[in-house]
Amino acid sequence: MGFLTDAFFYEVLIAGLLAGVMYSLVALGFVLIFKSSGTFNFAQGVLALFAALTLVGFMAGQLPFAHVINWLLGTEWRYWYAPPGVEGEVPPLWFVLLCIAMTTAVMIALAWVVVRVVLRPLVNQEGIILFMATIGLAFVLEGVGDLMWGANVKRLDIGLPSGPSDMIIDATGMFVEKIEISAAVVAIILVASLTLFSQYTKMGRALRAVADDHQAALSVGISLETIWWIVWSVAGIVALVAGIMWGAKSGVQFSLSLIALKALPVLILGGFTSIPGAIVGGLIIGAGEKLFDFYIGVPFLGGATENWFAYVLALGFLVFRPQGLFGEKIIERV
Amino acid sequence: MLYREAGEFKTSYQADLATFPIRIELWGFWSVMAVAVLVVPFFVNDYWEQAIFLPFFVYGLAALGLNILTGYCGQLSLGTGGFMAVGAYATYKLMTSFPGLDMISITLLSGLITAGVGVFFGLPSLRIKGFYLAVATLAAQFFLIWMFNKWGWFYNYSASGQISAPERTMFGLAITGPYTHPAVTYLFCFGFLFVFAWVARNLVRGRVGRSWMAIRDMDIAAEIIGVNPLMSKLSAFAVSSFYIGMSGALYFAVWKGAAEGTEAFSITVSFNVLFMIIIGGLGSIFGSLIGAAFIVLLPVVFKNVFVGALGWPTDIATHAQIILLGGLIIGFLIAEPHGIAALWRTAKEKLRLWPFPH
Repeated sequence: MGFLTDAFFYEVLIAGLLAGVMYSLVALGFVLIFKSSGTFNFAQGVLALFAALTLVGFMAGQLPFAHVINWLLGTEWRYWYAPPGVEGEVPPLWFVLLCIAMTTAVMIALAWVVVRVVLRPLVNQEGIILFMATIGLAFVLEGVGDLMWGANVKRLDIGLPSGPSDMIIDATGMFVEKIEISAAVVAIILVASLTLFSQYTKMGRALRAVADDHQAALSVGISLETIWWIVWSVAGIVALVAGIMWGAKSGVQFSLSLIALKALPVLILGGFTSIPGAIVGGLIIGAGEKLFDFYIGVPFLGGATENWFAYVLALGFLVFRPQGLFGEKIIERV
Repeated sequence: MLYREAGEFKTSYQADLATFPIRIELWGFWSVMAVAVLVVPFFVNDYWEQAIFLPFFVYGLAALGLNILTGYCGQLSLGTGGFMAVGAYATYKLMTSFPGLDMISITLLSGLITAGVGVFFGLPSLRIKGFYLAVATLAAQFFLIWMFNKWGWFYNYSASGQISAPERTMFGLAITGPYTHPAVTYLFCFGFLFVFAWVARNLVRGRVGRSWMAIRDMDIAAEIIGVNPLMSKLSAFAVSSFYIGMSGALYFAVWKGAAEGTEAFSITVSFNVLFMIIIGGLGSIFGSLIGAAFIVLLPVVFKNVFVGALGWPTDIATHAQIILLGGLIIGFLIAEPHGIAALWRTAKEKLRLWPFPH
């Protein structure tokens, strides 16, 4: 096992694990919604994109739908307020927090609309119908997001540390991005708080009741709609966090919504209903695809195996354990 | 007033089970076909061929294939783009390796090759189902596209990584290549769609089709009453991939003439075909075709009406089109989960009784 002493091995491994954390952040949103409503939310990635676009828009003081308004009225409006702070620098903290709060409010409002318009009329439909409805939702959100804030690639800078970490370079000689470490920390905080929320609060108990059995939950007086609204709001906030992290790392652009697809194999590995599973799955996928590409993909297969490795790994895994690592055992009855 | 079964008496089961049970419907169908074969080829020009008819025939075949798998057998697939790529690259390799083969055999052979690949990627469906299977088919999508891009053998090591169709003729008429006549390609693709829509229609109401539907409705119950899930699922994968492979072959060789794996057969194609069968109607042959027509026409209409006639800026029209598409999907799932085909059926029921309410 010569490669275990190879410094590259650890560098690739750590890069993979940290990239995996990013996948996990998206996968978390999926798990939340799947647990409580049995809906496989394909729009989670677009939700992250939408949240990031909205945050960038608020931070720049961009006028929503400026493009459409200018076209209709023949005006040249772009901004509705000038953001505080010096241009080109990180804006002051209070402003960043305000913008995040406003974006959160938008996500909560969006969750309400989604529950009202999409989910409520589809109560009791099969999972696959709901899944396809969320594909439709993803398209609508993508179009609306682009119309609202413009389709160009945007920079998102809210003052998170960026660049390689000097401390780690000095200590071990490895190149690790600071932003990825922050993402890992944020993910840990997020998972801890979500677990606490679902285990120890009344609301969390209601969520778990709904996840267990819709009808039984309804019969003891839990309002399905409220629960769904809360869940979609929480998923929206998780999407915002994912959007911030991805946006800070590689800019806010359409490809953000494609990471939703990468989150699918993560979910398969971790199981659709397990929050820790989403994290572990993300780490396995992230590390696996980086290592595979480094040791097998680039030397033997011509590279770019990251495109498919996650899916093939998930596929191989499924054949042996269809419910995922931490998922509940699937029992079927006629 | 016209749509009535009054005065038509069926004397055999065969007549009762006909696809078009009412005479006027049958006549309507054949007159549309007659117009399509005898009239349209004389008027079709390059624009109509390239923008409307060939896309409709090609995507119609793909939608038929996906509908067999997803609508009839209940196995959700997001790998349509990948399987179309298999068909396209198989066609390319066959065309370049066996210059003597005619295009009909090549298309059929490409379909068969794709069917083999489809069965391979369908194997996991015996263990997993639903969304899990959807992810498994994503593996097919991404792996196949990557393979066609990276392995030079598939594109004959051409410098651009593109594949382009050499010229092939049948009965002295060019079917592929730069010198085709719109009417020839139109009839060629129309023939494929017609024959295979007919095959599909008869497959799904026969023994195989019923076993697919039993698996779709409840696989465990189906297994208990004696439907073999292995055979049903794999045959659905095989037939579906056969159709999708032929569609990929026609897409590459006849319609576009050239293709580049990542662009032409990306995940977007998979979604588009999925939308076709959702909007058209899951589990309906007519629905697959009407859905394909709808998705093919939507951008054309949008471009002509909103950009061309009303003068909308192109980018706003593009976004509006995406929003409309998504909204339509949600709307259809809410209002009529079985798509336009079900609306059509309801309309026919109403029409039979019109103007009386009962």
